[in-house]
Parts: sequence; C-alpha cells; structure tokens
Amino acid sequence: MTSENAPAPGSEITLRVNGKPHTLYVDHRRVLLDLLREDLGLTGAKKGCDHGQCGACTVLVGGRRLNSCLLLAVTLDGAEVTTVEGLGGDGEEPHPLQRAFLDRDAFQCGYCTPGQLCSAVGMLAEAAAGHPSHVTDPAAPSGRPVPLDRPEIRERMSGNLCRCGAYPGIVEAVEDVIR
Amino acid sequence: MPHTDTALGAPAERLEGRQKVTGAARYAAEYPLPGRAHAWPVPAAVARGRVAEVDTSAARALPGVLAVLTPGDAPRLAEPEDATLAVLQEPRVPHRGWCVALVVAETPETARAAARLVRVRYDSEPYDVELTEDHPDAHEPDVANAGLPGRVEHGDPEGAFAAAPTRVDVAYRVPPLHNHPMEPHATTAHWDDDRLTVYTSSQGGTTARSVLAQMFELPEDHVTVVSEHVGGGFGSKGTPRPDLVLAAMAALRTARPVTLAYPRRYLPTVVGHRAPTLHRLRLGAAPDGRLTAVVHEVTTHTSRVKEFVEQAAVPARVMYATPNLRTVHRVVALDVPSPSWMRAPGESPGMYALESAVDELAEALGMDPIRLRIRNEPVHEPGTGKPFSSRHLVQCLREGARRFGWDERDPRPRSRREGPWLLGTGVAAATYPSSAVPATATARALPDGTFTVRINATDIGTGARTVLAQIAADTLGTALDRVRTEIGHSDLPPAWLAGGSTGTASWGWAVHDACADLAARLAAHTGPLPAEGLDAHADTAGKADAEVPYARHAFGAHFAEVAVDTVTGETRVRRLLGVFAAGHILNPRTARSQFTGGMIMGLGMALTESSTLDPAFGDFTECDLASYHVPANADVPAVEAHWIEEDDTHLNPMGAKGIGEIGIVGTAAAIGNAVHHATGVRCRELPLTPDRILAGLPAAG
Repeated sequence: MTSENAPAPGSEITLRVNGKPHTLYVDHRRVLLDLLREDLGLTGAKKGCDHGQCGACTVLVGGRRLNSCLLLAVTLDGAEVTTVEGLGGDGEEPHPLQRAFLDRDAFQCGYCTPGQLCSAVGMLAEAAAGHPSHVTDPAAPSGRPVPLDRPEIRERMSGNLCRCGAYPGIVEAVEDVIR
Repeated sequence: MPHTDTALGAPAERLEGRQKVTGAARYAAEYPLPGRAHAWPVPAAVARGRVAEVDTSAARALPGVLAVLTPGDAPRLAEPEDATLAVLQEPRVPHRGWCVALVVAETPETARAAARLVRVRYDSEPYDVELTEDHPDAHEPDVANAGLPGRVEHGDPEGAFAAAPTRVDVAYRVPPLHNHPMEPHATTAHWDDDRLTVYTSSQGGTTARSVLAQMFELPEDHVTVVSEHVGGGFGSKGTPRPDLVLAAMAALRTARPVTLAYPRRYLPTVVGHRAPTLHRLRLGAAPDGRLTAVVHEVTTHTSRVKEFVEQAAVPARVMYATPNLRTVHRVVALDVPSPSWMRAPGESPGMYALESAVDELAEALGMDPIRLRIRNEPVHEPGTGKPFSSRHLVQCLREGARRFGWDERDPRPRSRREGPWLLGTGVAAATYPSSAVPATATARALPDGTFTVRINATDIGTGARTVLAQIAADTLGTALDRVRTEIGHSDLPPAWLAGGSTGTASWGWAVHDACADLAARLAAHTGPLPAEGLDAHADTAGKADAEVPYARHAFGAHFAEVAVDTVTGETRVRRLLGVFAAGHILNPRTARSQFTGGMIMGLGMALTESSTLDPAFGDFTECDLASYHVPANADVPAVEAHWIEEDDTHLNPMGAKGIGEIGIVGTAAAIGNAVHHATGVRCRELPLTPDRILAGLPAAG
C-alpha cells in the first residue's frame, strides 16, 4: 500500500461555533468552510471559489474576518468562530447590518451575502481598532479609529466579490450602521 | 387590471430577503441528504483528440472512493438536443476542459484527491482556437442566437457608404467574457428507485426536468427539479449544464445521493462564455448628421460541439434610421469551449461597437453625440419596418443629460485635468428586446383570507418571487402580505426559464391571468370557502407568444465620467448614470438593483474583464477569479439608475418590459467614449487596460 492509499490522516479538535462547542475528528485536508457546511450543517458560509479569491466563505475567527476556505480546520483547535447564522446572537432580531442589508437591497442572488455581512462586521472592528487601509491618509494618527467614508468602506469591502453588483447598496448598508 | 395602491410600483422588500441575510436560504449543494457523496470532475488536458485510455486503478484504490465514471463505462444516455450535455458518452474531446472522467467519493477532499490520480491517455490532434477576421473556415449562418436572422439588409449600403460625405470605418474587438455567477454550477441528485430528484442551480427547472427525462428515458413525472434559491446565472444557467447530467449519472452509478459543485477553475470551459466578437462598423452621414449608411459586420467563434452565434449585429437593426443598412454575422467553428448566453448576448458587445462608432461619427461631424442620436431617431424599427410599441430613447438621453450635467461639457478631448488625471465624460444609448413566452400558473384563495400563487419560475436574484406576489396582490385586490409565492419546484405549473429579460412579463402574465380568474370566481362565490380553498389556473399559450405588429424594446441612455491617470494609464470611473424607459417599473427597489447591477457588470466589461484563448494550450488563460477580474467594490463609484415611466399597452397586462439585461448594454461604450473624451485616445479593443491606454497617450500628445 502506498502512502496515497492509506486512510486520510485526521485529528480531533474542539472549537466553538456561534457560541456552541463542537468536538470533531477532522480530515487534515478539511478546511473550516467544509467543516461548517458538511460537518455542522451551517451552510450560510458559501463556497464561491474555494481558493480565497471571492470572499463568499468569510467568517469571523476570534473576531477577525477570514476566508474559511483557506483555513485548515485542524489548526483551529480552541478557536471561536462566528458565522452568518450567529451574527444575530440568540435573539429573533437580526444583526443591525442584516437589517441594513434588507433595507438597502444590498444583495440580489444572496450567495455572497453571508460573506459580505461577516466581512463588514470584521471590517468595522478593524477600523475601530485603527487599522489603516490602502486609502487611509498616511498622515492620519496611528492607532486611532479610522473614520469610514465611502472610499474607505469600498476599499475595505473589496475582498468580497458580488457578481450581481450590489456594491452601492452594501456601502449604504454599512453607512447605516455606523451613523 | 384592478389596482390597489399598495403592491405594484411599491418598493417591496424581497420576500426571501430574511433567509438570505441569515444564511437560511438553501442553494443546490446545500441539501444534506443521508449518505450523500461528492463528485469531482476530471477536465480534458488536450484541446482536441480522443481519450485513448483512462486508468482509474490508483483513484479507485483510495479509501473512500465510490466510483470513477469514464467515457468507457458511464451510463449510456439518450442523445440530448444540446450536445454539450452528452458527457462521458464517447471518447471524443472537442475542447480542453471537456469532462473526461468523474470521481465520486465519501468526501469532497477524497473526490478531489482521487481526481488527481486518474490517468488519462489521449490521442491528441492538431487544433485551432484563434479567431481572425479572415479565417478561412468562417461562414455566414442563416440564424444567429435567439432565432434571429443572420443577415438583414436593405438599400445599397456599399454604394451609399462610398458616397457619404462623412464616413467612419472602424474595427472594434470584444474578448471572450465569463459569467462567473458567485454560486458555481452545482447539482445534488438522488434516485429513489426509478424516480430522480435534483436540486440544481438553474435558471429554469422546467427545462432541466425535460432534459433529464429525455436523457435518462424517464416519464417527466418521475423527475423532480428543485431550484429554490440560485446564486446568480447571467445566462450561464439558462439551460442545463453538464453538472446536472453528471450528478444524476453519479447518483445512479453509486446508488447514493451525490453533489457535484463544479470547481470554479473548471467553470469557464463547460458552462458557456460570451464569444469574442470582431466588429467592422461603417457609418456614412450627411453633413447634418443624418445617417445614409449603416454597416455592422460581426465575426465570432463557436465550438465544434454546437453552433452558437453571438448576435452582435442585431442592435443596428433597432437603433437608427437609415435608408441603407447591412447587418451580418460570420462564425467560425474552432476547437474552443462552447459559447452561450451571457447577460444581453448580442446587444452587449454589439452596442459597445455601434455606440462607440456613433461617438466617432459625432466627432468627425463636429456634432454633439446626443444631438446626433436624436437626429437619427427612427419612426419605425429600421430592420423590420414595424412601428415601436413605445420608444423613449430621446427622453432618456435628455433626462440623463439634465441629471448628469451634460450641457456643461467642453466637447474637446483632454480639456479637463486634475494633476496627473485627465477627466472626461461619455454617453451611449442602450436597447434590449421586450418579449414574453407562454407560462402556466395557479392561484388559490384559502379560507383564512390568504392566497397562494404557484408557478415554476426561478428567482436568480432578480426579485421574481417578490414581484410575482405584487402582481398577484394587485390583481386580487389584496395586501402583499396575504400572498405567498411558490416557485422553483417542478411540481409547480410549468413555466419558461429566467432568461432574455422575459421573466416578469411571462410569469407575471400567467400569474395575472390566474389571479384575475380567481378574483372573478371569488366574486361569484357565496358563503365560506371550502377547506381546500378555491383555485384558478391560467395558461398564456397563444397569448404571450401571439404575433404582434409592433417592435417591442426597452431603451436607455448611459452617462459615464472617468479619470485616466496619465502616469499609469489606469482608468477610474467616477460616476455612472443610466436612465431607462422600460414600461412600468413594478418594484423600484429590486428594479434599481437590476439596473445598477447590469451597469456594474458593464463597468467590468469596459475596464477589467477579459479572457484569452491561449494558442499554446487551447484553453482560457483567465480561468479563475484571481485572473479574471470581475469588478470589486473599490472599482465601483457612484452609480445611479433612473427611469421614465412608459404606458405601453402592447406588452402584457402589467405593461412591463424586462429590465435584467439592459443595464449592461451601453455601459462599456459610455465608458470608452468618456476615456476618449478624457485622453483623446480611442481604444477599440476591450477591456481598456492601462497598457492599451498608455500606448495611445504619447501619440495623442
């Protein structure tokens, strides 16, 4: 038997997803996106390209926005993951950004939408923490919250492709929650 | 129709919106059927030839692999009408990327790993993937896409052009383009004895069902097709693609439910693309701007699998009055992937070329391009002589000019500068046909005062589910929240696919008729409703497809402002503004998204999107989203869509024209014309990338 024919190696990990702990035995090749979709049935995170090029799989890991298709699940033992299903918390009410996306018709087919929402939540935290972007004035004081005007929002949301072209609504929706 | 003042024309929120923003909306690959397996395709690695041998031993030896289907052993299917669906049926390889094997395994990881272990030996043959204007195999087809005649002409276009005092004779090129909906083409298939159920990412479940029934030789009622939510399509999911057939074969072979989500990188070769078009435009005009000759000649490619002719010369039959017209298509069959529909096939590349050439003519005449267009406004449709059911292009141009501030424009190129940036503005017109196809629908009144409308329509993001409920609510004289729409399931009354901007007109017509009938039945009914409710059914066959003595089209006007960096050659769009005349707008919220979404795809066509058939490999070079650049948020500036309400009684009961495609038509030309105004550089090949602009800048001084 060649190494190619051996059963796929795996490991047991424990991670919290939307506040709930899960202990799973994961194939070492499994990425977080497939763990969410196939093992946990959380299909909100979408597979658009599986190569970190489209952002449809964006989730929050430890509060940071990441492409879940590029994260090997086995590296996430102990991680805290939030998906679109968990954005609203336990309540019936959606997250203010989800409400704003509805108000602004910030989507059409809806396939990139969970990634856009998670990305926007992560992006707001980055700006609040003073992370500069490509369009931030280099003279701006470092470490201070970055005000989010339209160019900042567009730049920071550019890791999430939308083929329907809902970008104007997405920018307006983000503006709605920061006002 | 009876109107309440609430539903039609109201900016109703998408009925499935809450599901989409919470992640609850289910797409084709997201049905976790018990025992579900995963499939992974093996794409052909040669551009032309035959599969001589497939060695599957290493793949099959991998633990977790359930089956490997090859051309030698895949289930034999009846020959489909669409030859792109005859996958794994014979060893012939018509183009690179054609599916030559399919692995089915317990997990997607194992399926992917095993696909790499499949060894395919080919007998390869010389191939040709290069489209040229003078290709010796080019022929003139009788019929282009959408059943349109390949050639339409009248008068003496050659003589009139030669005699014209002002002439423009220019060549434009549009490269191959990819639809790339965010949801890859995917199907989950499941057999229960001799009954097949598929969850598929399709723009039309009725067609998917009949294709499966025909190919697997099943009665139609043994096939169930579910397409509840579809992550975009833009034409590439119009009719079934190979994922549907492959998933059904894999499920049959393994006796397991199987999901095949086609990998992104493999999509461009199997789901269709916008064929490249080479245009020659000749416009002849009198000194007052009146067109004396319009000649639009298009050369395009198709595959060896089937003939698809991008009907790019067609808009010249619609747009401008001229006594001498020639529009003609030539097509070359090459060893390339099969082209198909991409948002506004024909109009989109055709209007890029035509509207750019009109801008060149305006410059040659020293005339304002809006005035030139208005000067050539036809009374009847030039190609057919039919009167227009409605045509408000001039109003769109004037309203757009007012909103955009066109009158303040200095027409001289290179007249505005901001540091290293040259600024310019451009205008172009847009057109797209308004048609309808027959559909069926039922409407039911329930004793609790609510209504259910059922029709196998598909909402690929257009807002169809919502607007159909609005049509029903108005026709029934009830509130929108009392209407439930059931769509996206083949148990529902059959209807045509979401394509050609026909959805609202076609499905809406059937829903309207069913609801009108139900309203009449309710009016005649006395006493409480029976427990099962009261039904009405409608079939618009003979009505929706009736011949009409009118040319029916939507029109629009696009305005663009760009800044071009003289150092890098980069073009940034600052503003896009569109004004459309598309009948009654039934839902301003979703309509605006349709218009602006189309304009943004047009921005991509103008500036970022391009694909290349590499002659060395015979494959698309830009096959994924890292190399094929669909616009990102930072590429998209202020985009505005406005409309002129039209009252057109020759369309359908709603008076609505389709709006899904016209937004892309004209956008690329408006941007290209703005780049010329900014820089004096006339790029005649899309996209307008920095290398092309820079190459022109020094010459332009």
